[in-house]
Amino acid sequence: MAEAQIQQDEAVSLGVETRSRRQDFLRAFFSNRLAIFGTAIMGVFILMAVFAPYVAPYSPLQQHLPQKFAGPSFAHPFGQDELGRDILSRVIYGARISLTAGLAAVALATTVGTIVGLAAGYLGRWPDSMLMRLMDVLLAFPSILLAIVIVSILGPSLANAMLAVGIVFIPQIARVVRSAVISVRERDYIEAERALGAGDAQIVLSGILPNSMAPLIVQATLTLATAILDVAALSFLGLGARAPTPEWGAMLTDAFRSGFGVFLQGQHAIIFPGVAIALAVLSVNFIGDGLRDALDPRRRG
Amino acid sequence: MARTQKTRKLSRSDFLKLSGAGLTGAALFGVAGCGGGGTISGGGGGSGGSTFVFGRGADSISLDPIHATDGESFRATRQIFDTLLDFAPESFDMIPALATEVPKAQDGGLSYTLKLRKGVKFHDGTDFNAEAVRFNFDRWRDTKNEYHKGGGGQSSDFAYYLAQFGGFDDDSVIESVDVIDDYTVKFSLKEPQGPFTRNLTMSPFGIASPAAIKKNVDDFWQEPVGTGPYTFSKWERNSQIRVEANKDWWGTDLPASQGYGGPHLKEVIIRSIPDNTQRVAALTGNQLNGADGLVPDDVPTVKQQEGFALEFRPPNTVGYLAMNNEKEPFDDPKVRQAFNYAIDMPKLVEAVLGETGEVASNYMPPLIPFFNNSIEPYPYDPDKAKQLLAEAGVENLETELWYMPIPRPYMPDAKSVAQIMQQDLKDVGVNAKLVTYEWGTYLDKTGKGDHTMCLLGWTGDNGDADNFLNVLLNSASATPSAASNVAYYKNPEVDKLLEKAQTTVNESARQDAYYRAQEIMHEDAPWVPIAYVKPPIGLQDAVKNFDPNPTSSESFNPVTLSGGK
Amino acid sequence: MSIVVFFMVRAIPGDPAQILLGQNATEARVQALTAKMGLDKPVPIQYLLFLKDAVRGDLGDSIVTGRPVTMELLIRLPATFELTAFAMLVAVLVGVPVGVISAVRQYSLLDKVTSVLALTGISMPIFWLAMILVVIFGVNLELLPFPGRLGANTAITSITGIVLVDSLLTLNFAGFWDGLLHLIMPAIALGTIPMAVVMRMTRSSMLEVMNEDYVRTARAKGVVPWRVVFKHALRNAMLPTVTVIGLQVGLLMGGAIITETIFSWPGIGLYAYQSVSGRDYASIQGVVLYGALLFVLVNLLVDILYAVLDPRVRL
Repeated sequence: MAEAQIQQDEAVSLGVETRSRRQDFLRAFFSNRLAIFGTAIMGVFILMAVFAPYVAPYSPLQQHLPQKFAGPSFAHPFGQDELGRDILSRVIYGARISLTAGLAAVALATTVGTIVGLAAGYLGRWPDSMLMRLMDVLLAFPSILLAIVIVSILGPSLANAMLAVGIVFIPQIARVVRSAVISVRERDYIEAERALGAGDAQIVLSGILPNSMAPLIVQATLTLATAILDVAALSFLGLGARAPTPEWGAMLTDAFRSGFGVFLQGQHAIIFPGVAIALAVLSVNFIGDGLRDALDPRRRG
Repeated sequence: MARTQKTRKLSRSDFLKLSGAGLTGAALFGVAGCGGGGTISGGGGGSGGSTFVFGRGADSISLDPIHATDGESFRATRQIFDTLLDFAPESFDMIPALATEVPKAQDGGLSYTLKLRKGVKFHDGTDFNAEAVRFNFDRWRDTKNEYHKGGGGQSSDFAYYLAQFGGFDDDSVIESVDVIDDYTVKFSLKEPQGPFTRNLTMSPFGIASPAAIKKNVDDFWQEPVGTGPYTFSKWERNSQIRVEANKDWWGTDLPASQGYGGPHLKEVIIRSIPDNTQRVAALTGNQLNGADGLVPDDVPTVKQQEGFALEFRPPNTVGYLAMNNEKEPFDDPKVRQAFNYAIDMPKLVEAVLGETGEVASNYMPPLIPFFNNSIEPYPYDPDKAKQLLAEAGVENLETELWYMPIPRPYMPDAKSVAQIMQQDLKDVGVNAKLVTYEWGTYLDKTGKGDHTMCLLGWTGDNGDADNFLNVLLNSASATPSAASNVAYYKNPEVDKLLEKAQTTVNESARQDAYYRAQEIMHEDAPWVPIAYVKPPIGLQDAVKNFDPNPTSSESFNPVTLSGGK
Repeated sequence: MSIVVFFMVRAIPGDPAQILLGQNATEARVQALTAKMGLDKPVPIQYLLFLKDAVRGDLGDSIVTGRPVTMELLIRLPATFELTAFAMLVAVLVGVPVGVISAVRQYSLLDKVTSVLALTGISMPIFWLAMILVVIFGVNLELLPFPGRLGANTAITSITGIVLVDSLLTLNFAGFWDGLLHLIMPAIALGTIPMAVVMRMTRSSMLEVMNEDYVRTARAKGVVPWRVVFKHALRNAMLPTVTVIGLQVGLLMGGAIITETIFSWPGIGLYAYQSVSGRDYASIQGVVLYGALLFVLVNLLVDILYAVLDPRVRL
């Protein structure tokens, strides 16, 4: 009873601290103009993704074969692709696919990476060295090459591309979490919890994890940027999204592979999907940078 | 071409730079090639005098024709070796070559007697005669023959003999080849084989010099000696093969219209440039006199170039959508017919192939003998398709459409084909999910019949109907381990007709059987036939008498270069 | 690690024999070839055979070309080396000075612009950047040639396999120029990300060093600022930058796959992609092992450089 009361009090006091910290953080984050810009762009992409059927002027799949690679016009602001489909509509629907794919990959990497990092950092000794050795092996391969091999094993599809990219990023997350855990492991409040008889799981979940959150969030955000790029790259190599899915990387590869006529008549089919990828990744990077600066007082400048 | 094309006039330098771009995708799948030493080059080198430089996408594998299966090997061996019989230019009509006439079947197809050309010499100076023919066939057939070997690291081990003549030793359809006199040989067959004489025209059965083989059988694949219009001079791996005119060629004085005459060129260089765009750039930059492996989108671009022309190779392929006849609802012919009506094939072929393809009406390309001209392709009629589907009790069909992951000669862009079909099918209420696998897996899975519908195609080997219809649609080749009949089409009547046509040598009986088989197939509709692809070849205007052979390995002997280029 | 690579590669579906022989092949031939390639044996036995050969430097024969994988890799190494070295050179030559200037002139307009540009650089999909370069400089402006290493009418006598070196050795200046022009676009495409990363790292470590006492002291003593920068700060700031450069060299292998694919650059990256699509087991193993080996070697090199730059570190 008494123990529970103390914990509750502690939670309350933590909560108070968190709130003020949160305000601090928000102020820091939104004083960064690039972070605002990134958030705004990402907001637009998310709205586009959610309301794609209402925003897109045409179906992303409707073909008009005679208008192969027709250039931008009033009716088709981004022009038409190799099968005469409206590129604007495909880019809009593509936001759904590319963003979801990136998020799914990061979710996988973050979940597994966090578990591995927590286990390694908290347990120490042989579990630590074994897990981190495994992570080192994964890290020893160039990430795209590893992803290519994984997708080749699983078979090319968007889901497998997400899975492969997710696996590739596990070590990075695990490393960040592990070092955060090690840095908080010996702190006083953890010792206090331990002294109060909290179990390992409880200490990890209520003490260590929340306090490792900041670097984790930053790393996950920056990973999201790379994940979006890598999923698109896999699609570009023909190992990701399947036709006729309007995934941005796949749109680029389809245009590119249709022959060099695209460079004469269809430059718009190359430009716009790429701009979408670059903008999305850039905005995530802006957000990530903003988060890092806001969460890490030393870096604020 | 029905496409909005910018009317931008291209200069040569324009094109050279342009041409670098798009086709690298196709090149991805080629065998890599950057020379093993010697020179690093973009594939070039000057041409001068009466040297004819031809660009192609990959190097040869073996210059001993019986040890090769790839078209690029045959492209070179065709210059160095002659076969007993040949095809007339741009057709599948047989003409004599090392034999003096196309033989008639004897003993009900159990034997053939070939008269041979006299005075022919191999490039090493030894005589071509009946003994040489017997030596070659014995070497190919008899696994205990001391020369039944060679071909280097990638030898195909006499694969084409195995494929065309049923096997080696006791499995061979050819029982023996006997020397009757110096210039007469007799082939004795175990059983009649309809395509027998056509098989003799195939590049792998080029007649090699017995003296050269006896001297060094292990290196014969890189030091080939034949009787052909050109003699082998040098093979720079991954770069080029040089051959020189054989002034003593037997065909020099024969009419060009039949594919003889020449060789008019002092030297021929067959150069490998794996990257498509680089190859086209080399052509338009006048570093090549001719090049093949152009893709449909190159056609308008090369056409706009001053001083270049395009030849189209007669189609020897058929591309198709195979429906798995053993899976519901494709076990119902009405459904299969409905699919034939549902797809606007002229629109599709125009969009994907442009000038390089014609809509297929049948289950083999039109140049193949016994092609049934009276069959018309199914017209585009979505209403009829819906009606047929309704009659078959099929509604809201959810199915899969598989497409090849890589460009094939019979379908350079399967992904676009699949997407266009998907949309047409949607209009008649069929929801087809597009699926693809890596190429080896794709062949494996379609061979096992895992698909409901798949795109595939076939390139002919010997210009015989048997090589298309029997391979692709006989129930015997619908074995679940590795079917070539991926439609799993099984019609006993068709089987009977195909077998009859295969084992008789009576031409009119073969014709009747094949005509009837094609009619039944058209009705049964196991496929949606798509197109016959006519691969384009880019040539300088100075190049004359380049007659593309449907088999993709023509001899360059009639070719001339005007203007001393 | 070899065991991980080996079993991963064996797990890739698809029958190499089938791919090699093509569609018209009979089943008997496929089986015969499978046996010839040793692929009919159980995987662990295949692995032992592989290990036996690998210790002798023999990575097996490429299934597609029939030549030893070690040789295939060596043939392509110069092309990839030339491309990555050039890309890295551009990245360092641009990245380090710009990073230094940004740090010294912190908060200046230049600093802000380059920071945004650097972030844009790492946000760029390489394959898109490559295509855009082709569109702008190759097609629209007609300034730079592509694809490949040389134009179709250029040939260079091969000595080292590196175009720029060989052409100079043989005094083939036209060849050198052609090779250089061909190199520009792929090198930019490949070098942009490392350039941005190097720039960011140089800037932040410079900032850190500039705030340290000895730099402040040097400044206070009235030393000219640029001398401070070069003599005192840069040397110390280079430590993290060198680490990052090392890491990037390892990662360039990944970028090389995409860049070489788009520009048809006949190097190891293109070979990697072709091997994967052709199910060329021996070659995939070779490429993956090569990539990992390169990574380890570069890290070793970085450690050595560290010792050179920082006397406190002893190997």
